[in-house]
Amino acid sequence: MRFLLDTEQRAFADSLRAMLAAADTPAVVRRWSHGEHARGRALWQRVADAGVFALAVPEEYGGLGPHPVELAVAFVELGRCAVPGPLVETVAAAVLLGEGAPARRFLPGLAAGGTLATVAAPGGYALDGDAARLHLASTTEGLMLSPGPGPVRSSLDPARRLTPLTPGGELLVPDPPWARALAWARLATAAQALGVGLALLDRTVAYVRQRTQFGVPVGSFQAVKHRLADAVIALEFARPLVFGAALSLRPADVAAAKLKACEAAYTTARTALQLHGAIGYTAEYDLSLWLTKARALRTAWGTPEECREAVLGDADDG
Amino acid sequence: MDLTHAPADEEFRAEARAWLAAHVPRAPLPSLETAEGFAAHRAWEAELAADRWSVVSWPEEYGGRGAGLLRWLVFEEEYWAAGAPGRVGQNGISLLAPTLFDHGTAEQRARVLPPMATGEVVWAQAWSEPEAGSDLAALTSRAVRAAGGWLLSGRKTWSSRAAFADRAFGLFRSEPGAPRPHQGLTYLMFDLRAPGVTVRPIGRLDGRPAFAELFLDEVFVPDEDVIGEPGQGWRIAMSTAGNERGLTLRSPGRFLASAARLRELWRAAGRPREARGRVADALVGARAYQLFTYAAACRFLQGASLGPESSLNKVFWSEYDLALHETALDLLGAGGESADTDWAEGYVFALAGPIYAGTNEIQRDIVAERLLGLPKGRR
Repeated sequence: MRFLLDTEQRAFADSLRAMLAAADTPAVVRRWSHGEHARGRALWQRVADAGVFALAVPEEYGGLGPHPVELAVAFVELGRCAVPGPLVETVAAAVLLGEGAPARRFLPGLAAGGTLATVAAPGGYALDGDAARLHLASTTEGLMLSPGPGPVRSSLDPARRLTPLTPGGELLVPDPPWARALAWARLATAAQALGVGLALLDRTVAYVRQRTQFGVPVGSFQAVKHRLADAVIALEFARPLVFGAALSLRPADVAAAKLKACEAAYTTARTALQLHGAIGYTAEYDLSLWLTKARALRTAWGTPEECREAVLGDADDG
Repeated sequence: MDLTHAPADEEFRAEARAWLAAHVPRAPLPSLETAEGFAAHRAWEAELAADRWSVVSWPEEYGGRGAGLLRWLVFEEEYWAAGAPGRVGQNGISLLAPTLFDHGTAEQRARVLPPMATGEVVWAQAWSEPEAGSDLAALTSRAVRAAGGWLLSGRKTWSSRAAFADRAFGLFRSEPGAPRPHQGLTYLMFDLRAPGVTVRPIGRLDGRPAFAELFLDEVFVPDEDVIGEPGQGWRIAMSTAGNERGLTLRSPGRFLASAARLRELWRAAGRPREARGRVADALVGARAYQLFTYAAACRFLQGASLGPESSLNKVFWSEYDLALHETALDLLGAGGESADTDWAEGYVFALAGPIYAGTNEIQRDIVAERLLGLPKGRR
């Protein structure tokens, strides 16, 4: 057993983090929120060039994968820097397209970054359909190539643009591997949420060290310390669940990781808002980019209750 | 990154599982916080020791199997999954023994460890004092130099297991004028039946004497029962408190087994919808604790020190344990009030978790200051 990231995996995380930190992602996110996708697409290309989407695509279709552990490593960094776009949906699309003709047709572009994909579950919205080129709808008939997105509806996270997909279109895969795609999507969401939580924690720790009240840093007050201690405990116990789930990809493990990571990120978001006070409650302050994402990810690709159901469902078999 | 055990470790698991299947008592032993239960648990320790399962991580010469940390975790998974009894020797095995391995003499190890392994000598801890709970540096009990040894005087309290145990270990102030409060402390072992020792059992919430107060009046301790150098007690106690102790204070195997039992209880109760979330959270929490511990063990085996991580661990397991038992009692409904069940015993035990071994408030301060770098300040 060696349940630790190896040197290469850590180097991958570090290089991705350095690249994203230099990219001024808050500015990219704000443009994206207004439907201006140019800078976001450029960033997307750099993420793809770093090999992120290729990790979910088999080698025979132009990818490097499948490498779920490395994908989780990458998604922690994407979350940490609040990178916008249908990141998880592109991973889900890669799995849904499976193998054979649809895979040959779309996966190389998806791995290389030319294709932003989005996916709508039955009756649900697709994320960022206005930015995506490949619109997939999971229906009772199978996986459909939708003609395109409907009008954008706003999300609690302004960077997430919700779009219904136009019904009809071409049937791509009659019996898509939905359970497998859900596992990959939940894993990527969990890792992304963990990154969001870690960024919220870092920013809040920095803030309470410099913000003073009653003549001392607010971070010296025990009430403040204990909330941050609870946040770091929640995040650090979610982290091994995420990597354990990446190793097994069992539905119960992935659901557990999604549940814990999203709850930890949300707890941290609530703490971050409370400890920042009114400044944290403003859209113009960058903290808001992570605060709203923590809330949105909590219910994306499985609500807490759905995840708990999956945990117990698997337990019933055991 | 992987979670698979080496084949040799899996063989070890199979051997432990087979032994436990053949030996674990069919009926639960009585509570170890009663005289009858204490004796029954002592006998169980002897049975474990007869086949070298009582202290698997110790070297073979002291009755162990030389099992490394990962193999110890495997053993604990099997031990608790088999429904084996709680360990009456735990204070000695997990707190005193690691200190003796690091700082004791060869003579001390040869004399103290084998009877600890068999349960012939059960150890109590004597850390806390009436005016010093988590603040060990405020200790006032004294050790005064005497011919060939030391005379201990003062009062220790909340000494777990001391109502029925044989010997105790703790810190005593040997240099009253030392410039700093955690200097001049000496780490000593003493006999609970020595002249000058009065043991007053203290009933915990359910009335059972899970701990005791110790009154010490010039109790003689020979030099051979001093651990390490006199005056260095704090450093010695802390050097083993931060590392492995943080990992072994509560084994993940115990919580995995408890969560599985809770799931059974929930199923037997007809899978009530209102408890579904809490049962799922218990399963997830046990898995999180297991994987966190595996990651920490791997880092530890690579030479990392695990200071503040043991504080993260303490807060997590103590709150987890309590939530799990609260859920169980709620599932039992009015029957949850009955004190003669394993769940009730576990619940009362779990209530103490956030209080002992450094309160959770102290642990959160450690996390905030040492892990997050927040400034020290008003408590």
